[in-house]
Amino acid sequence: MIELPGLGTVFGRTFQREFIMGFRNRGDLANPVIFFLCIAIFVPLGVSPDGKVLAVLAPGIIWIVALLATLLSLDRLFQSDFDDGCLQQVMVSGQPLYWIVMAKVLVHWLITGLPLTLLSPVLGLMMSLPAEGYWPMLVSLLLGTGSLSLIGAIGAALTVALRRGGLLLSLIIMPLYVPVLIFGSAVIRNAIEGFAVGGQIAVLAAFLVLSLLLAPLAAAGALRIGVQA
Amino acid sequence: MVLAARVCATLSKVSSTASRTDRNAAPALRLDNLYCERDDRVLFSGLSADIYCGDTVQIVGPNGAGKTSLIGLITGTGILDEGEIHWQGKPARGYHFYSNLLYLGHAPGVNISLTPLENLRWYFGLNGVKSENGSGILSDGKLLEALATVGLEDYDDVQCAHMSAGQQRRVALARLYLSQAPLWILDEPYTAIDTAGVAALEARFQEHVQSGGIIILTSHQSPKLNPLKMIDLANYQDSEFGKAETTLEAGADE
Repeated sequence: MIELPGLGTVFGRTFQREFIMGFRNRGDLANPVIFFLCIAIFVPLGVSPDGKVLAVLAPGIIWIVALLATLLSLDRLFQSDFDDGCLQQVMVSGQPLYWIVMAKVLVHWLITGLPLTLLSPVLGLMMSLPAEGYWPMLVSLLLGTGSLSLIGAIGAALTVALRRGGLLLSLIIMPLYVPVLIFGSAVIRNAIEGFAVGGQIAVLAAFLVLSLLLAPLAAAGALRIGVQA
Repeated sequence: MVLAARVCATLSKVSSTASRTDRNAAPALRLDNLYCERDDRVLFSGLSADIYCGDTVQIVGPNGAGKTSLIGLITGTGILDEGEIHWQGKPARGYHFYSNLLYLGHAPGVNISLTPLENLRWYFGLNGVKSENGSGILSDGKLLEALATVGLEDYDDVQCAHMSAGQQRRVALARLYLSQAPLWILDEPYTAIDTAGVAALEARFQEHVQSGGIIILTSHQSPKLNPLKMIDLANYQDSEFGKAETTLEAGADE
């Protein structure tokens, strides 16, 4: 009986590889962040510099921008691996695809979701977000962007075999992002208006747990179909 | 390499029926009545073959005949509509099969933003050496040695994007010098490889086969490998007209 390397090695090597690749392609890395900052500058210039108007819009805009920035970076998640045959190698390695997808998504979140979360106070400042909204914003983005990356991986996996899958990817993913958007922006809005936010944060955390369990499974299945087609 | 021999030794113990090649062994890989269809066009049907330890099998056929599709069926990267594939008596899927397989596809599976060394580190992190003596993780020294063998000794910290197509293929071929997997399935291994490289590859193939391994390859060249068996897809194109008589022809029977 020939033994394959253990799960720890597989996860570690995949994580290491994705991380190196992420930093080699610095343009891709900066793309969502620059998009995020562009909106932060354009909205006050385009809508109104009036703090009162912006404060009303802030929770929604911040979340929409985080969502679109994630979407922008998704189509490359599995594409290069599909094109250069690495995905096929993963399939025939006999290793569980679930954990390989998990490692890839984790790195995706570390180089898109996490920077967006950390930069969000800058956007909050540009949007005149009231002071009591900052912590809830950080917490909701931290939980929510994780779900966004995980759910996005399903769409990226489903469209991996299509040449121009970007549009289809958005169509598939958008409805799945709606609950995260609703609860995420509600956290910030309720915090500004002085209501309790514990419930909504719990729902966001539940989304994250659920997508941690199920999204890599769905993405792995979709990748199998993509490679076999 | 020792391992491949051992797999085959266990196989021959189990076997009882004598094969038509005078080896007393059950086939390691059995293709049974495979059928393949692409876009309503039948590529091949009724394809059966028994492949034994120590066999080198070349799949031949013109462009579009279904060579890569057949390889896809065997490796599980294609959908098997009809027929069965068995590895050592059990369906050729899952851990049981993949822990014995080394596959080199049309696309080499080399990421261009990584260096050759990083590519190999990842590959062997996933696959290990596929040896019976445990899944030892290869040291960088071993990986560098293999890269030197394929003529890339000065390229270990160059991104593959800056290398030629042939050199990128060589990164993938470096796996052959480290892996001890008994079953090698290679889709066009000679693509973009120079004459000297082809000779070195053939020497490596010979070594693998002599130690009891199996090689299944597609190529439009005629590899100088002895003995070479052929699966000619032309024989399976319309089995209704009784063409599918021959299964495995021994190419060099001397």
